[in-house]
Amino acid sequence: MPLNAYLTLAAVLFTIGFFGVVTRRNTIGILLGIELMLNAVNINLVAFARFNADIVGMIFTAFTIPITVAEVALGLAIVILIFRMKRTAIADHLDILKG
Amino acid sequence: MTDPALPALLALLLPACAFVILAVVAPLRRRGRPAAYLSVLFAAGALVAAIGAFRLTMGGGFSEWLWAWIPAEAGPLATVGVLADGDSALMLVLVALVSFLVQVYSLGYLSDESMPSLGRYYVYQSLFAFSMTGLVLAPNFVQLFIGWELVGLCSYLLIGYWYTRPEAARAAVKAFWITKAADVGMLVGIVLLWRHTGTFDFLELLQMADGGIIPLAGLGVITFCIYLGASGKSAQFPFHVWLPDAMEGPTPVSALIHAATMVTAGVYLLTRTVWLFRLTPDVMEIIAWNGAFTALLAAVLACVQTDIKRVLAYSTVSQLGYMMAAIGAGFASDGFLHLLTHGIFKALLFLGAGAVIHAVGTNDIFRMGGLARKMPQTAIVFLVGTLSLAGVPFFAGFFSKEEILGAVLAGGFPGPFAMLLLAAFLTAFYMFRVVFVTFFGAPAAAHGADDRHVHDAPPFMALPLWILALLSVGIGTLFAFWHPKAEFEALGWLTPTAIVVAFAGIALAYLVYQRRAISADALASAFAPIRAAALRRFWIDDVFLFIYRGLMLSLAKLVGWLDRYVVDGILNVLSAWTLTAGDRLRRLQSGRAQDYVYGIALGVLLLLVWVRWPR
Repeated sequence: MPLNAYLTLAAVLFTIGFFGVVTRRNTIGILLGIELMLNAVNINLVAFARFNADIVGMIFTAFTIPITVAEVALGLAIVILIFRMKRTAIADHLDILKG
Repeated sequence: MTDPALPALLALLLPACAFVILAVVAPLRRRGRPAAYLSVLFAAGALVAAIGAFRLTMGGGFSEWLWAWIPAEAGPLATVGVLADGDSALMLVLVALVSFLVQVYSLGYLSDESMPSLGRYYVYQSLFAFSMTGLVLAPNFVQLFIGWELVGLCSYLLIGYWYTRPEAARAAVKAFWITKAADVGMLVGIVLLWRHTGTFDFLELLQMADGGIIPLAGLGVITFCIYLGASGKSAQFPFHVWLPDAMEGPTPVSALIHAATMVTAGVYLLTRTVWLFRLTPDVMEIIAWNGAFTALLAAVLACVQTDIKRVLAYSTVSQLGYMMAAIGAGFASDGFLHLLTHGIFKALLFLGAGAVIHAVGTNDIFRMGGLARKMPQTAIVFLVGTLSLAGVPFFAGFFSKEEILGAVLAGGFPGPFAMLLLAAFLTAFYMFRVVFVTFFGAPAAAHGADDRHVHDAPPFMALPLWILALLSVGIGTLFAFWHPKAEFEALGWLTPTAIVVAFAGIALAYLVYQRRAISADALASAFAPIRAAALRRFWIDDVFLFIYRGLMLSLAKLVGWLDRYVVDGILNVLSAWTLTAGDRLRRLQSGRAQDYVYGIALGVLLLLVWVRWPR
């Protein structure tokens, strides 16, 4: 399979993840979108590593996956905290940055 | 000790010390009388020092002490110091003497004042003595100008001493305003002179004038500008309007500032720099004519006044006109001589008038009457002053006034001479009008009922009166036998004429106001147009009022409108726009993280497009 196929897949996945981040009203949905975007990046890294015969991309990916897990754990913890304080997890209600 | 600059410096610094002490040590000032004694003590010291300086300069002694003040590359730009020579030492003695006597007199005159108010008075008095001395001893135009402005400030403060009275406050502002307007001319003149010659220093300028190196082109404008300042201070037409109003101040202040010293500063300045003015004969001619005109105008105005102080004020204007006329005719020393004698007897007259006012409680001469019996001492000293002013032989004013008449004639000014002669007649007339109405004749009803209040002045006030009276007679007698040699050939008929004119004026006043052989009403109707005009002060005040109200205020209003609605308006619109724009931009900050993600994505997209855009 050519490189373009992998890249297209990654781009589609990234866009779907971004769409989720931007449109989901639930905070957990947003987190899921972020996960998709990260995985699209991982696909890119692996694809380039494979086609350039360079091990570095693989190593990056090996690092990224645990970091992603940690990030999700942290993100969910934050969401739970926010839910406790605000009694809501809807992103539209969280506008304390409003100018 | 042979250097006259040392005592002169002492005479300068003693009042300054008194001023600083009284100004800084507020508890002392608020206690009033101790402050007054301190000020009087320092004034006495200054008088002794001034006499010392005078004795040292009498034989032609001369000394200048200078300190650099504004340093510049080629020598100091301005210096301060004392220049003690014959003229300045003589003037110094007059200033210190009158200042001392007035301060003593004020102890009695202002005894009803509250203590803090009395302290304030003596602070001003000390400051005035210092600034006037600084002016007199100035070795250059810069120091002279500083002293000049300071005495103007003191004049303002002391005219407005009873600042709760609206007339006094208004008169103070008027005096300040008009003299300042004239001082602008003087400042311009001094700066122009500096550009013209490169120095402010009197001695350097004198050397240049003697050497004939001062370029004559444009010098006339400079001397005229300086004369403008002098005419403001010395109340020459058309700037004389402030002086009569200045009588709102306490009478001792009028005696010191508005008769003997400050108003003569203009004459003194011209005497001091007459070598400069001699280079511009046109300006000298203006000075002579304007001086004579002022003398006559003020004499006419004095004839219709009923306020004793205002009569004296106009008479001061008139006498200043005499001095100016003598200087303009080219005989500055005669003007200066009259300045000195006038300083003595006019201070005497004012202090005498003050004693009368203090006793009677009114300024109106027609509400006095018959005071000679109740206050004989005051009547005698006032009569001495009046005889001096009228120019009667053996009194101080006789010789100096006659000198001026001779000088003006010798200078080739028959027109001003005639005006001055007429003014001399009027002087004798209006002064004796005051004397007959106030001291002789029937007692007025106003105070006739209660005689106990009306009595001679207390010792503090009587002493200065007697000293000045003795000086007036002494100087007059001295001049009768020995007098400074005239610089010109006086005509033989001049002395008898002057005496006849003076006595004619006295006789007329006697007939009208004492014997009532000539009705005052008939006299008034004979000169009805002049009298009506004089009562309106020849509309000169109205002209000033129009300039102020009509021109200056409308200009100020126009400028104010421009500032408020055009200059400020543009800025206000701009700032309003900024506010609105900021308020609208603020709404971008929704506070929702998703909107920010939108923004970031959009930004990245734009960046990508921009980077990859085919060029």
